[in-house]
Amino acid sequence: MLYFARWKIVVILAICVLGLIYASPNFWRADNLSTDLPSWIPHKTVNLGLDLQGGAHLLIEVQTGAVLQERLEAVEDSVRRSLRNARIGYQGLGVRNKAVVFALRDTGDLGQARQLVVEGDNLVTVEIDASGAARLEYPPEVVVDIESAAVEQTLEILRIRLNELGLREPTIQRHGADRIIVQLPGIDDPDAIKALLTQTAKLTFHLLDQRNADPAATAPPGARWHKGTDSFEQEIDYLVEKRVRVSGERLVDAQQTFQDGQPVVSFRFDSVGARQFGRTTGEHVGRPLAIVLDNEVISAPRINEPILGGSGIISGSFTLTEAQNLALLLRAGALPAPLVYLEERTVGPGLGQDSIDAGKAASIIGMVAVLVFMVVVYGLFGLMANIALVFNMALIFGALSLLQATLTLPGIAGIVLTIGMAVDANVLIFERIREEARVGRGVIGAIDAGYDRALKTIIDANLTTLIAAALLFWFGSGPVKGFAVTLAIGILTSMFTAIWVTRLMVVFWVRRRRPQLLPI
Amino acid sequence: MRPLRLIPPDTSFRFIALRKRAYIVSILMILASAASLATQGLNFGIDFVGGTLIEVRTDGPADIQAMRQILSALDRGEVGLQEFGQPTDVLIRIQQQPGGDAAQQATVAAVKSALGDSVEEYRRVEVVGPKVGGELIEAGAISVGLALLAIMAYIWFRFEWQFGVGAVLALAHDVVTTVGVFALLQLEFNLSTVAAVLTIAGYSINDTVVVFDRVRENLRRFKTLPMTDLLNRSVNETLSRTVVTSATTLLALFALFFLGGEVIRDFAFAMIWGVIIGTYSSIWIASTTLLWMGVRPSASDELLDDAEIARTLGD
Repeated sequence: MLYFARWKIVVILAICVLGLIYASPNFWRADNLSTDLPSWIPHKTVNLGLDLQGGAHLLIEVQTGAVLQERLEAVEDSVRRSLRNARIGYQGLGVRNKAVVFALRDTGDLGQARQLVVEGDNLVTVEIDASGAARLEYPPEVVVDIESAAVEQTLEILRIRLNELGLREPTIQRHGADRIIVQLPGIDDPDAIKALLTQTAKLTFHLLDQRNADPAATAPPGARWHKGTDSFEQEIDYLVEKRVRVSGERLVDAQQTFQDGQPVVSFRFDSVGARQFGRTTGEHVGRPLAIVLDNEVISAPRINEPILGGSGIISGSFTLTEAQNLALLLRAGALPAPLVYLEERTVGPGLGQDSIDAGKAASIIGMVAVLVFMVVVYGLFGLMANIALVFNMALIFGALSLLQATLTLPGIAGIVLTIGMAVDANVLIFERIREEARVGRGVIGAIDAGYDRALKTIIDANLTTLIAAALLFWFGSGPVKGFAVTLAIGILTSMFTAIWVTRLMVVFWVRRRRPQLLPI
Repeated sequence: MRPLRLIPPDTSFRFIALRKRAYIVSILMILASAASLATQGLNFGIDFVGGTLIEVRTDGPADIQAMRQILSALDRGEVGLQEFGQPTDVLIRIQQQPGGDAAQQATVAAVKSALGDSVEEYRRVEVVGPKVGGELIEAGAISVGLALLAIMAYIWFRFEWQFGVGAVLALAHDVVTTVGVFALLQLEFNLSTVAAVLTIAGYSINDTVVVFDRVRENLRRFKTLPMTDLLNRSVNETLSRTVVTSATTLLALFALFFLGGEVIRDFAFAMIWGVIIGTYSSIWIASTTLLWMGVRPSASDELLDDAEIARTLGD
């Protein structure tokens, strides 16, 4: 019992010291961290969750179904073209239930139809049964690829948009198959940013259709009605040619600038776009162009002369912010699919600080109460358990800092709970020592048996709690995960401090004092 | 420093003799929980049913009546207002809006513009769409179910199957009555509550394991002791530990309850309830199950290994 291998002593002390070192940055004010703290001490601190530092948490769903639908509509178009070119009769062509379907009028065309439709898109599987009913669809793994690519692309575009907004450390990550989590620390009114994130920003250049038509009626063939505002800021309907002359994908840059004191957006095309734009403007001098953003005409300038340099200016009636945002959106590119907010949690800085203060108060008072109680009940041994508890706290904060885990409000609750439960291992040991002493064992024998016999119980009891913590971590989300992390770390560190750290202290005490009676 | 003994050594309370009364209490509690769940149901927070929750702070004491009128005029269905912690703080709950996720978002904007200058600070805005709510219920139920199974498996592995049954009965008892208390008092049942329930499960099993461990030890030691006496002895021997650990945990939890802030108060309450019920169930549900499942000292012979026999004899 009195023998404690030297290496064990070294390891125990080293872990405690490391805990103190890694925990220490958390007790400095963030702004003084680099000046006040010696450079050999790590500067990582615990990350505060959004519920503590204030900020917005957004859960976004990418409506990947729309991407698939778009792809299938493209397949439908190509099928229609091929069938027409080959003069094959068909009926009921359309996209239904995630597949393109049609029926041949004449089953005699079967062989020819099979040859043709496959050329549209080599990823599509084609099935035409003997009755002439055709079904073209993407295999499940291709659908997954298409949808996954859309989510990845969305992630990239949102990342660019967020970075360009110049926010403080926004984080963005994929969550499951089709979801994205955006976290914006310090943002307590995210409405403007939310609108900016979900805007599709699909820009196309068309020509206005100059036929006379009634906006209430359906548009004539080849054209489409789009809402917009005229130069007097009146809402009007524009008749726009369906044909896209230049697509926004060809943009390589967009900047907000001023023209005649008005905020405008200047843009530049790549070489292909520049050629398309040059041809369009060259062939249609005098006609109005329609610049369409997300199905709305934002500007309809008259083409005064061919624009061959590949750059131009969009001058809607923008406010400065609108122009800046438009430039940003055009630079980042269009989203491949619509986005929907599934969940939003915003915490203002006031509540966050209040929660931190309340958490601190509860931790300190709870800790002091437990410390006093332990000394009252177990005397000197209680004091040793208390020292272990302090090291335990240091280890928890050290581990949280090292792992860069996020401390949330429920996480603080987990720590307070740990303070209460951490001493349990020591209670088990001390009670056992009391019992063993009572049945007549000597000081050393009682201590030895106490630690030995309590160990099994401690491990059984703590492992079951660890199981609950692990499940909380797997199935919980956000703050609850934070709770699980602190609970699990607390269990592990408390087992270490309660068993090894106190034992080390007890051994040193016994060696020095050679007590004849146990003060417990 | 002279240690204080909260529980004198060698207590011999006849806990197990009280088991019939304890069963009656437990059955009544479970019936009350079931009745409350059936009649008023749980007061689900927006985490589970979707909807909007807004915490505002006003300049001076809030005029809840006036706010209620303003918000009712928005015609967004049921609107709940309650003072939250202090007179200047109000918690606004708005039910799930028809029209999917976008409609929820629009509601926040409508509330903000309607309240206008009367609000000094929006302290918290939470919007949960219908889709996420359903998923969170599912994940919560799965995690509680799996926790029960995993814990039972662990106990089964470490003890004998009768102990596993006892532990899970006690655990189920604790979970049901905890959920029952939430239904009875109509406290908000949200994600943190699920976390609390799982932690209660962890604490309860922790307590049960300590008692079981002692029961197992005594089964090997006292071959001729009647089971009732053996259980009594085991509970008494661990009583001091039970009281001290419950006390330190409760001290920490009361600090959390009174000082931890409004957001965490219900969680702390659930945990306090859990510590009490978990301690109760270890003694009267888990241990007494061993009695009617026919666990007897002789039955445990197989578990005795030589080293332990030697040590026991050495005493």
